[in-house]
Amino acid sequence: MLTVRNLRVGFHLGGTLVTPVDGVSFDIARGETLALVGESGCGKSLTSLALLRLLPPPGEILSGSEIRLDGEDILALKAPALRAIRGGRIGMIFQDPMTSLNPVLTVGSQVAEAITAHERVGRQQVRERVLALFDEVGIPDPADRYRAYPHQLSGGLRQRVMIAIALAAQPDLLLADEPTTALDVTVQAQILELLDRLRESRGMGILLITHDLGIVAGRADRIAVMYAGQIVEEGTTAAVFANPGHPYTRGLFGSIPSLTGPRVRLSPIPGVVPQPNRWPSGCRFHPRCPEVMDRCAREAPVVSTPAHGGSCRCWLVTEDP
Amino acid sequence: MTGAILDTIRTAWRSPSGRAGLLILGLLVATAILAPPLLPDPLATPDPIAGATPPALAHPFGTDPLSRDILARVVAGARVSLSVAGLGVIIALTTGALVGLVAGHVGGLTDTILMRTVDGAMAIPRLFALLLLTLAWERIPLGALILVIGATGWFGTSRLVRGEVLRLRGAGHITAARALGAGSWRLITRHLLPNTTGPLLVAATLGVGEVILLEAGLSFLGVGVQPPTPSWGGMILDARPVLLTAPWASLFPGLAIVITVLAVNLVGDALRAAFDPRSA
Amino acid sequence: MTSPTPLLAVRDLVKHYRSGGWLAGPSRTVHAVNGVSFEVAPGETLALVGESGCGKTSVGRTVLRLQDPTSGQVLFEGSDLFALDRRTLRALRRRMQIIFQDPYSSLDPRMTIGRSVGEGLEIHRLVPAREIPGRVGDLLAEVGLDPDAAGRYPHEFSGGQRQRIGIARALAVEPVFLVCDEPVSALDVSVQAQVLNLLTDLQRDRGLAYLFIAHDLAVVRHVAHRVAVMYLGRFMEVGETASLISSPRHPYTRALVSAVPDPDPGRQYTRILLPGDPPSATVLPPGCPFAGRCYHRLKDARCTCERPELRPVGGSLVACHYAEEEPV
Repeated sequence: MLTVRNLRVGFHLGGTLVTPVDGVSFDIARGETLALVGESGCGKSLTSLALLRLLPPPGEILSGSEIRLDGEDILALKAPALRAIRGGRIGMIFQDPMTSLNPVLTVGSQVAEAITAHERVGRQQVRERVLALFDEVGIPDPADRYRAYPHQLSGGLRQRVMIAIALAAQPDLLLADEPTTALDVTVQAQILELLDRLRESRGMGILLITHDLGIVAGRADRIAVMYAGQIVEEGTTAAVFANPGHPYTRGLFGSIPSLTGPRVRLSPIPGVVPQPNRWPSGCRFHPRCPEVMDRCAREAPVVSTPAHGGSCRCWLVTEDP
Repeated sequence: MTGAILDTIRTAWRSPSGRAGLLILGLLVATAILAPPLLPDPLATPDPIAGATPPALAHPFGTDPLSRDILARVVAGARVSLSVAGLGVIIALTTGALVGLVAGHVGGLTDTILMRTVDGAMAIPRLFALLLLTLAWERIPLGALILVIGATGWFGTSRLVRGEVLRLRGAGHITAARALGAGSWRLITRHLLPNTTGPLLVAATLGVGEVILLEAGLSFLGVGVQPPTPSWGGMILDARPVLLTAPWASLFPGLAIVITVLAVNLVGDALRAAFDPRSA
Repeated sequence: MTSPTPLLAVRDLVKHYRSGGWLAGPSRTVHAVNGVSFEVAPGETLALVGESGCGKTSVGRTVLRLQDPTSGQVLFEGSDLFALDRRTLRALRRRMQIIFQDPYSSLDPRMTIGRSVGEGLEIHRLVPAREIPGRVGDLLAEVGLDPDAAGRYPHEFSGGQRQRIGIARALAVEPVFLVCDEPVSALDVSVQAQVLNLLTDLQRDRGLAYLFIAHDLAVVRHVAHRVAVMYLGRFMEVGETASLISSPRHPYTRALVSAVPDPDPGRQYTRILLPGDPPSATVLPPGCPFAGRCYHRLKDARCTCERPELRPVGGSLVACHYAEEEPV
């Protein structure tokens, strides 16, 4: 359904071009969840904003990039057609539901607005649609909540309202940018469960952007790991978790404290994530890589197929398939 | 504090409007300090017979109805106006910062009493309060004028500083300093005050513009700077009877007011934009 | 792990916040902490776990006397923190320190790293002024930073580096007890692991005791000896980390454990989804604090009327009337 090829996002800063997203390619099918995983500054959020052409200025999508929704070239669309896609065929939810909702309007009217922005519907019908959406996303007492203002709702309920807004125009694809990071663990579990259920009942595709490998397990069909503006490894969740090919992915797993298994000392990745204006030469992970080889600093690795059958940007995989 | 002031000037210099404002202000201050020896005596004996003469080579801004050189009087007036504004704002700022720091840091009943007092004081128009005070003096001395302008100008500042202190109080570094055993004095001087200087200096620049206008207004009403000391507002008052026959007598002091306030506000706006977190 | 002479002993701690009132809107009381008691032994890590608003941060601030409790007692090395005069309290501050969640607000943006880290040395006059730079350099090296960083300002550092600087500042006064308030939850995973390892090493080398405040049970499992699970200002369950996580007794602990996202797709467990959100602490329920979200099959009128006290169940202390029974 969604095809992204060689997506590059550039910022012209003081005469130099910085590319925080640098050659990202992936596909999402209907009814599928793709998890885009990475640490802060890896370019995952810019990637999702670029899909809707919502980059903050002076950011721009560089030529050579390709984004297609069911074959339609999003980058070639004129403003009206683009608006029909934003919040229409592609819905979006963000990390912080408080700042994404308008504090002076009732949540009901904000969901209603999302419906009328894309369709001509009667007032009574809109209200019924909103209440049905509230019910679908698990907001208790929909009629009461319709009149509530965002600050009167808990974080979990606000995120449900955001999801209702995103669902209002019956999108084919939902972009979820760190949807549960600001929520408590028990509420996070509810929201993830809800997203799962909606994907099944509506047959939506979901792009789940997260820094948390934990919430990916058991939720996403496929996973793409981003580092320094590139996808370094991609594959089915089960396969990548069972047999990660890229040293960065392995490093992430070594860093995560786990609830099960023996209690071992964590093995963190040394160093810090590089800034977009200072991507290292060759393989961008080589200064932090425990398995670095001579050629890693000189040549950027080509994308090749690791044991788990997905794709991987690492010379180790290329040389030793 | 000196470092913070230099920082502020540097910040203002970075935007074109702030740079223009700084240049104009610098020029005004330099003229006020250096030019008087080169000009005729602004307090020359009045010569009502010669009367007002239009601008000419001898008197580039012309002369007033008492035949005194207007350029010399505008420059002398700049000394008065700028020092009244500068000193008045310094008094206002110090008082405001002190009250705001105490209210925000001590909190509780002290805070409530101070802030309700400020609410009440802000409801009284400043000009009206100053007019009432002039009832006490037949001729208000310059020092008293400065004091009174300072004493009526700190309310907004105290609220601003209190807000900053409340915001900072929750910040980790303030809690960390308390956990390290820092006392109130150290907290205020090392942690709270340095972190409020930015907004404080923005308030200061904007305050200067306000006070220049206020002083001009008071002098125009005849209750500000007293003749024969030249002040811009007073000059406009003196020139009022000849507004139509000798417009230059009120035009030049008026222009001086407009240019000064404009320059100060340009600097203030540039600073406000720079310190506004949303603009970053 | 509880030794006969605890480093820190907290008895019946209660902290209520009153907001509003005369001239400032309607008054309401937030019942943040409603009677908790615990001890921390030298060299031990006790984790306080719970969701936002459960009162864990208030406990951390109160045991350092950064705020006064509504009632209750805190004994540090045997002396009552709230009965001390200012001088003694100030001297005691040296022995107990805090590190924060937000590495961005926890350093003064207008102070160099060196001055921030050296401030404690200065306040307590621990070393002569000319030796401060040297000590600061040693401290920065101990937390894994370049000693030359002392002359730079906080904005030049990443989140993980700032967290290390915050740790160095706390260590400067040679404390024996550290409150760690969500120290890694704002950090990226790879950096989070670095900081957790640093805390573990410091505990080993310096014999530090930690009160580790967190919401993430997986993180807690890697650092804590014992865990106390908080809900609405009370302890629901207290026990040894390993047994509490592998066999939780309280329905809330079970739900928390099940809600932890685990990077192991093969892990088989029953997912427990709690209804609703963590409640606000303005109105306390009369019975069990958790009754409103409890899913236990035996939940009855007793739960909503009579508050269960902590009692020993299978090696842990559990506050549930039906802790012995499987909840579902």
